[in-house]
Amino acid sequence: MKNNFIALCFTFLLVCVNVSAQNNAGLSLPTGFKATKFADSIGSARHIAITKNGVLFAKLMSPNKEGKSIIRLQDSNNDGVADKITGWGNYGGTGIYVTGQSLYATSDNDVYLYTLDAKDEVVNPLSPKTIVKGLIAKNQHASKSITLDGNKNIYVNIGAYSNACQEKDRQKGSKGMTPCPILDSAGGIWKFDGSKENQTYGDGKRYATGLRNVVGLDWNTQNNSLFVMQHGRDQLNSFYPEYYSNEQSAELPAETMYELKEGDNAGWPYMYYDPYQKKKILSPEYGGDGKIEGGQNAIDPSMFFPAHMAPNALLFYTGNQFPEKYKNGAFIAFHGSWNRAPLPQEGYYVAFVPFKNGKPVGNWEVFANGFSGLAADEKIMNPRKAKARPCGLAQGPDGSLYVSDDNKGAIFKITYSK
Amino acid sequence: MSKKLYVRISIIIFCLSAFTKAQAQNLMNGKKIYETRCLVCHQADGGGVPHMNAPLDGSTNVVGNNIARLVKIIKEGYNERVALDGEMYSNAMTPNPDLKPADIADVLSYIRNSWSNKSSKITAAQVMQVSRKK
Repeated sequence: MKNNFIALCFTFLLVCVNVSAQNNAGLSLPTGFKATKFADSIGSARHIAITKNGVLFAKLMSPNKEGKSIIRLQDSNNDGVADKITGWGNYGGTGIYVTGQSLYATSDNDVYLYTLDAKDEVVNPLSPKTIVKGLIAKNQHASKSITLDGNKNIYVNIGAYSNACQEKDRQKGSKGMTPCPILDSAGGIWKFDGSKENQTYGDGKRYATGLRNVVGLDWNTQNNSLFVMQHGRDQLNSFYPEYYSNEQSAELPAETMYELKEGDNAGWPYMYYDPYQKKKILSPEYGGDGKIEGGQNAIDPSMFFPAHMAPNALLFYTGNQFPEKYKNGAFIAFHGSWNRAPLPQEGYYVAFVPFKNGKPVGNWEVFANGFSGLAADEKIMNPRKAKARPCGLAQGPDGSLYVSDDNKGAIFKITYSK
Repeated sequence: MSKKLYVRISIIIFCLSAFTKAQAQNLMNGKKIYETRCLVCHQADGGGVPHMNAPLDGSTNVVGNNIARLVKIIKEGYNERVALDGEMYSNAMTPNPDLKPADIADVLSYIRNSWSNKSSKITAAQVMQVSRKK
C-alpha cells in the first residue's frame, strides 16, 4: 500500500514536470513555437541585448537585491535556461545594446560604453567610457533607450517630461504651451557619435522631434532607417470630459510606429493620431475638440496600434530559425496599458508586424501572450495583477527570440522547430 | 420606562442614525470623487501601476497619521520620484486645487477605508486645520 502510494506520488510528480516543460513557460504561441523561462526574478529587467556567442545582458530599472544593475546571463549547457548569472553596475536604467565587443548601457542621464573580452566577460565593469552625459531626466518618461546604425552612430530617446506640454502638467484646464519649450531638450531622438567620449546636447543632433516618449526603437537594415514606437498621450477624458467619454479615451490616441528620417517631426504635443478617423487630430490643450485636424507639418505613422498599450521594445527579426513570414518583420513588446481604466486593460503581449523591404505589409497580430499569468479569457482590470510585463526584446545568434519582464525580472526564450 | 428616558433614547437613536447616514453620504461622495479624479491612475483596486502610479491599497502613508502630507498631495499634486514601501514610483500626479475641504475629507476617508485599508475617517475640520498649519 505504502509502496503504491509512493509510486503514485512519483508518477504525479513526473506528470507535473512534464506539463511544466510543455506549457511553454505559461505563454501561448503560434504552432511550432516553444518557450522556456531562461531566467526568473533577476530584478526589474528593462532592455536586453545578446552577443554573437549567445551571452545575454539585461539592464535593470534599479539595482537588484545584490546591488547589481547590469546582469550577464549565460546558458552554458544550452538547455534553454541560464546557468551562469553574474552582474555589475550600481545605476538603474533601461537601454542596453551590444555590437561586437562593445556593450552600451544607459542610466536615465548618461550613456556608458563597456568592453567585452573574447568570452564576453566585461573588461571594465568599474570604469566604462562615458559616451553621453547630462541628458534631461525628470521622473516622467526618463528612461533612455538606445540603438545604433551600422556606422557607429547612437540614437538616444529623450522622453518629454510631460503628458501634453500644458503650462501645468496633467492639470485640468491648463493650456498647451506654444511653442512647447520641452522640445529643445526632450521629446525626440538625439543622435551622437557612438565612439566619442563625454558628449552632451551641443555635441549631438536632434535627429527627430515631436515624440512624446519612445521606449522601443530599432534600426532597420533593409532600408537603412530608424523605426520607433511612441507612447501616446494619456487622460483625454480626465481633462476634457466634454469631448471624450471613458470609452473613447480608452481607445484614443493610437500607439504609433514611425519611420524617422533626419529632421522629421511626429507632431507631439500639438496633435495625436486617431485610429478610427485615421487622422492627425489637434490636441484639446491646443484648441482641439476631437474632430479638428492638426499636425500639418507632422509625418504620418507607418503603422498604428490600439491605445495605451505601451510599446516598450521594437526588434526587426533578421534570424533564420523562424518561418519565412517572420524574416525582417517587427516584433513589438507591449508592456500593457493602465490608462484604459475603468475599462479593461490591453497589451501585456508581444505582437508581430510583417515587413517587406523596410515597409510594413499586412496587419499586425499577437505573437506571444500569457505573460500576465491570467487565464486566456480573463481581462486584466488592474495592472498590478499581471505577473510579468514584456519590456525588452533580443535576438539570439541562432535566431531565438528573448523577451524580458520588468515586473519581477523573468526572461523568456522563444524557439521554433518544425 | 419613564417618558423622559424614552425621549432621551429616541434622541440618541435619531442622532446616531443621522450620524451614520451622514457618514455613508460622505463615503459616497468620496467614492464619486475617487472614480472621476483618481481611479484612472490609482486603478479600481487601489493598486496603482507598478513603478509609475503609487498604490493606495495597503500603503502605509495612506492609512498613516500624517494627514497634512495627504492633504497637500491631493491639493498640489506630486512630481518627484518617490520610494514608497520599498518600490519606486515616477509618474506625475495631477493637482486638485478646486476640491473643497469637505471633498478632500470625503475622498481621504474613502481611500483610507477601501480595499484592505482600515483607518480613521477624516473630517473637513481636520483638513482645514492641517491646511492652516502650513
